[in-house]
Amino acid sequence: MNQSVLLQAIVYLASGVLFVPIAKRLGLGSVLGYLLAGIAIGPAGLELVGQEGHDIMHFAEFGVIIMLFLVGLELEPERLWKLRSSVLGLGGLQVLLTAVLLTGGAILAGVAWQPALAMGMILAMSSTAIVLQTLNEKGLMQSAAGQNTFAVLLFQDISVIPILAIMPLLATYPAASGHDPHAAISLLDQLPESLRPFATLATVVGVVVLGRYVMRPIFRTVARTGLREIFIATALLMVVSVSVLMEMVGLSPALGAFVAGVVLANSEYKHELESDIDPFKGLLLGLFFISVGAAIDFELIIRQPGLIIGIVAAVMAAKALVLALLGKTFRLSTDQNLIFSLGLCQVGEFAFVLLSYTSQNGILPAEMVGLLTAVVAISMALTPLVFLLNEKVLLPRIGTKEKPHLEEDTIDEKNPVIIAGFGRYGTIVGRFLRANNIGTTVLDFDSDRVETLRKMGFKVYYGDASRYDLLKAAGAAEARIIIIALDSPKKVLDLTETIKKHFPHLTILTKAYDRNDTYEYMDAGLTHIYRETVDSSLRMGTDVLTLLGFRAYHSQRAARLFLRQDEKALADLGSVRHDRNRYYSRVRLRIKELEDLLQSDVNDRWLKDIEEGWDAESLRREASRAGS
Amino acid sequence: MPSVLVLFAHPALEKSRTNRLLLDVCLSMDSVTVNDLYEQYPDFDIDVDREQQLLLDHDYIILQHPFYWYSAPALVKQWIDLVLEHGWAYGHEGKALMGKKLFNAITAGGPQSVYQETGNNRFTVRQFLAPFDQTAHLCKMIYLPPFVVHGTNRLTLEGAQQYANQYRLLLSLITSGQLDVEDARNRQYLNELILD
Repeated sequence: MNQSVLLQAIVYLASGVLFVPIAKRLGLGSVLGYLLAGIAIGPAGLELVGQEGHDIMHFAEFGVIIMLFLVGLELEPERLWKLRSSVLGLGGLQVLLTAVLLTGGAILAGVAWQPALAMGMILAMSSTAIVLQTLNEKGLMQSAAGQNTFAVLLFQDISVIPILAIMPLLATYPAASGHDPHAAISLLDQLPESLRPFATLATVVGVVVLGRYVMRPIFRTVARTGLREIFIATALLMVVSVSVLMEMVGLSPALGAFVAGVVLANSEYKHELESDIDPFKGLLLGLFFISVGAAIDFELIIRQPGLIIGIVAAVMAAKALVLALLGKTFRLSTDQNLIFSLGLCQVGEFAFVLLSYTSQNGILPAEMVGLLTAVVAISMALTPLVFLLNEKVLLPRIGTKEKPHLEEDTIDEKNPVIIAGFGRYGTIVGRFLRANNIGTTVLDFDSDRVETLRKMGFKVYYGDASRYDLLKAAGAAEARIIIIALDSPKKVLDLTETIKKHFPHLTILTKAYDRNDTYEYMDAGLTHIYRETVDSSLRMGTDVLTLLGFRAYHSQRAARLFLRQDEKALADLGSVRHDRNRYYSRVRLRIKELEDLLQSDVNDRWLKDIEEGWDAESLRREASRAGS
Repeated sequence: MPSVLVLFAHPALEKSRTNRLLLDVCLSMDSVTVNDLYEQYPDFDIDVDREQQLLLDHDYIILQHPFYWYSAPALVKQWIDLVLEHGWAYGHEGKALMGKKLFNAITAGGPQSVYQETGNNRFTVRQFLAPFDQTAHLCKMIYLPPFVVHGTNRLTLEGAQQYANQYRLLLSLITSGQLDVEDARNRQYLNELILD
């Protein structure tokens, strides 16, 4: 491998490792940490990275793509449909009004209308990467502000397509020499202009169909191999392929990934995909933020500090104003509106893409592109600070301190019960709970079984429940109870350990195969343990007694007594089971005790209950003594 | 011909000689249906639809049980709570049981002499049975005096068999349609109809 690649990796990783924990510690959030790391290693700092920073940024934009894939994965089609009014209404108005306002401002400042319009559209975009990451980190994604923010960002992603279509019409300058090395090879070049929209549409439909009917069997086959890295590779391959395909037909790759995510949101591999891909998203986004930090041209800023700061302030103020007005129109509370409008007031990473496009197509002069690039980078870098300002200064004063109220349709699954293992045992518990309207999230590691159960209409997810990330994705933080119905005792113990460490609030109910497993689980500190066969065997025993002529009520109480005593004995035997001799002698003793207990007419307290409570021999004796 | 439903409740029949004999009487008669509650619902999970249908199918309802703690075993109370639904058995719309006859057939450890104002138990059996009486009244049924086996604590086998015979005669009287309801209502115990 090229040594310089590894050296670069060291530089980027080290800066991240150094700055992010410090920034987090200071309460600044990880995004600002990455940005600071970028500034530190960039041309303005230690000069450890130079021109290749732009390449890295382009590569790291893949993090944004993965993020949108994950967002799509969380958003089932029905839920997306419910968001349609905020996406089209709120998002559409935001892009339109902001573009108009900024274009007008630019014209007033003496810019010709064509470049002014281009600037207006470019600066209307916000940063999906920074905003979603920050909202996630602050746990605000489910709030009204978070949902509306997401709707606006989604519309912006979609609007990149028409914007790219309009741009060439605005060209007034000679095109910059050379071609963008990153410009995708378009598949549609050969097609006549009139057919291109249909080809684009056909591609999107193709992605949906593939996701529905081809990807799931592929994932199932891959899952059956049991090799996790191949599963991850498949997932990444799919995301990369879809985004490249989308780019080739002139769509935003992030949008393509989002569509792929939505298509797979209903699949059984949802949580597994989520937890497998999430680390890549985190790392690549970090890399992206670092490269944004490194791309800030401080020399340019020092040359024209007043102008740049002025533009940044004007743009951010204008965007925040439009957003705040829209937030008010769409009935956001003051608190939520502050988060919403200040959160989205920066210019986003799409602006970089659009700016390089404008310079190549002669829409904006080169010096203006440089200026705007600095403006965009600074506004992005300011976002975490704006969030911080809002949180620490504005909200405590202006805000009504109301808790962000949860929207009815939350993206995450929030079921009170998680069932790990949906075999013969788990299925029954699951069906019972479902019949009682208890929401359950089901995880199972057998891909064939998951497939079958899905066909039967169960909502089952594929994955190894003992992994922290999967548990988290399944909503373990919000659930109240976890049912462990796994067959492998090792997995049960692993899972127990994970739960006790990360989700100690969960009540654990465990199925056990036999006594030995039960002992192990007791040692692990589990208290709700259910031996697979004991209830069924005793039910059969009860029926045998009844068929032999015992009264049903007696048989039933005898079975309960037996179970109670047996559980007591189990706890006692568990403590001596490592000493073989003592164990067996204790077992013999216990069995004898139990038999005596059930047979005794005189000594046993419980059987006395039957007689004395209802037809007491002693009462009869007393009565005859009194009478004689 | 009037039909009879015996709702039998005993949590430990294996220990009760007298109730066994009385139950056998019921089981031997064709026009008497026996519903053995503790055998049917050992887990107290009563099938209300089944019970209501049984009630609809019969004219006389007998609650046969030991007189535990001056009342009935727990399952009888559970049965009353679940089966006699509002709007079905009682209330403005509740007319399903109108005109049916209900009485208790009970076995009590003590002799009749202790069930007096001056006796150890301070109240008569009829007084203790007031909740059943009123339950029947609320359900627009005709409540009849109880059939009582007294002194089971000291009862000999012959004594118990005598009571079983009385019970058989009483049930025959009912199923043959010869029971004079007005006469019966004025008695202390239904036993008197046989002894007359």
